[in-house]
Amino acid sequence: MSALLIGIAQRDLRIAFQQKSELVQPLMFLLMVVTLFPLGVSPSPDTLQRIGPGVIWIAAILSSLLGLERLFRDDFNDGSLEQYTLSGVPLSAIAAVKVLVHWLVSFVPLLILSPLLALFLNLTLPMYIALLLTLLVGTPLLSLIGAIAVALTIGLQRGGVLLALLLIPVFIPLLIFATSAVDSAALQLPYYPQLAIIGAMLLLALALAPFAIAYSLKVSQN
Amino acid sequence: MSGLRASGLTCIKRDRVLFEALSFSLKPGELLYLRGPNGAGKTSLLRIVTGLSSADEGEIYYQGTPIRTSNTYAKSLIYLGHKTALNSALSAIENLHYWAAQHQVAVATSDIYHVLEINGLVGLEDIPVRFLSAGQQRRVALSRLWLKKAPVWILDEPFTALDIDGVAWLERKFSAHVKEGGMLMTTSHQPLSALAGDHTTLDLEYRF
Amino acid sequence: MWKWLHPYAKTENAYQLCLTLQPWLWVGALACLLIGSVWGLAFAPQDYQQGDSFRIIYIHVPSAILSMSTYVAMAVAALVGMVWQWRTAYMAMIAMAPVGAVMTFIALFTGAAWGKPMWGAWWVWDARLTSELILLFLYIGVIALYGTFEDKQQGGKAAGIMALVGVINVPIIHYSVEWWNTLHQGATISKFDNPSIAPEMLWPLLVNLLGFALFIAAVTTVRLRNEIIVREMHRPWVVKLAQKGEK
Repeated sequence: MSALLIGIAQRDLRIAFQQKSELVQPLMFLLMVVTLFPLGVSPSPDTLQRIGPGVIWIAAILSSLLGLERLFRDDFNDGSLEQYTLSGVPLSAIAAVKVLVHWLVSFVPLLILSPLLALFLNLTLPMYIALLLTLLVGTPLLSLIGAIAVALTIGLQRGGVLLALLLIPVFIPLLIFATSAVDSAALQLPYYPQLAIIGAMLLLALALAPFAIAYSLKVSQN
Repeated sequence: MSGLRASGLTCIKRDRVLFEALSFSLKPGELLYLRGPNGAGKTSLLRIVTGLSSADEGEIYYQGTPIRTSNTYAKSLIYLGHKTALNSALSAIENLHYWAAQHQVAVATSDIYHVLEINGLVGLEDIPVRFLSAGQQRRVALSRLWLKKAPVWILDEPFTALDIDGVAWLERKFSAHVKEGGMLMTTSHQPLSALAGDHTTLDLEYRF
Repeated sequence: MWKWLHPYAKTENAYQLCLTLQPWLWVGALACLLIGSVWGLAFAPQDYQQGDSFRIIYIHVPSAILSMSTYVAMAVAALVGMVWQWRTAYMAMIAMAPVGAVMTFIALFTGAAWGKPMWGAWWVWDARLTSELILLFLYIGVIALYGTFEDKQQGGKAAGIMALVGVINVPIIHYSVEWWNTLHQGATISKFDNPSIAPEMLWPLLVNLLGFALFIAAVTTVRLRNEIIVREMHRPWVVKLAQKGEK
């Protein structure tokens, strides 16, 4: 079965690299949203440093909403999802693999882009390290929870805004803990409690989300 | 007991009853041809028989066990729906290769080339599927019938977009499958010709 | 217990149950609300700090408590629907959703109105108000998701999953917001931090709480009946019912 899951991962990676522009667009959106804040709020280094962590995280959440749909959209539209469902392999395992690939192709580039964002918003080095750690632990959570909502809305014609409505309230705790970790780093305080809480939420999501995604996909295909 | 058996199926879609207490059976070497007007619930019935959706009441049995708990049903089944299940960015070869891997069918790439060749797709194996015509895409999708050895075929509108040759080609495949003791349940808008061999018909009515 | 409950999985029986319960719920709700409100607003003693303005708790507190409980009840209904495949459970969940959302809105509105004399502003990012606001968003999400589905049966299941995801999140949201609040605002005096409330003030509050609960139950039964009738429009028993009504 593991060979089979690796096969699914290979397929998804291959498709992702065939559709590079779809991967790059949310990242460009993220970069542009971040650019708006110095222009709209204030370019003063102090202000930017104060709002920086929140801005980066909010922009990351918003841009993730744009890219999430491609997680199951093509497979649903062309019928591949039906074939997955009938392959005899638990759909939850397949969903977990697909979420992992989605995280690799849409959030790892964000991690690579993050030093630039930190420079733009005048974050100090300890703040940047904290930001990177929260992104590392927090973005898989975005993918996992987001996948549930995508699986629920995939059969709907106009799922885009609805996806945001469903997900933004659910992401609020993540936003609170992640930004507060970076704030603590700015004050030279320990921030591992916040990281630990995000880690706990991630573990909870890892345990439950694949089953919720599989169930949602079945409901959407019914 | 061998074969497929449906007992007491009820399906309610959008709060409309499509069919109620529907029972039928499909034995090895039988072709069941499902007929009915649009909206009568043909696709819904086929999806219930595959296990993709669940009936509101009733149960499907494969060799005596409910398909929900059967370990062998997934291995014994090929379902092809309205949608071709081909990713448009991948080539025919890649699509079939990944499909075979998902369904744990061991096939070499050369086998896939061979199957595509006998299905009239020479020279189209390596280009992204989105550049193929609808009929060619349908042929790629149907090539799965050659790749996986499965006794149960459930095909929803398999003739869509096929030309006259294609229809005859597929009907011959049907009769060969049934002669080998396979089971086939299908639906289409035009009636099956003599090429497809003997078949029983199940009629669904449109209900309000 | 399941033997006893199981017949109500059938929509027709659930409809009859709603019909039987409804008058009792309405009478109970009106009586409790009348007694509790008159008692609380006219006879309970004044608060020594806030004067008469504290009396808004007789609406604010029950609606806030019940907005949370209604959400939990929705999640329970969704779980029942999922485990036992009861269509009626999903219908009950959907029937509750707007009622809960309105309760949340009442809690927010009264909270804001109370904030004006207390804090001098209509809106303060107080922890409880903020988590109520997020709860309202969760309700809106569930209702919007259900509304977007044309197949209401599928929509009910989808909304049920979302309600379950939300209910796991409600405590996390609650504590994260509380913690965020203490971090950013220092110690704001929370409205309910008073260690104890005088019994003369408490009793009307409890009566009103019961009244609100009965009221929610009553509205839910009406909505559930409605939902069943609309969804089962073509079923023979509904047709028979309609013909009986025409005569």
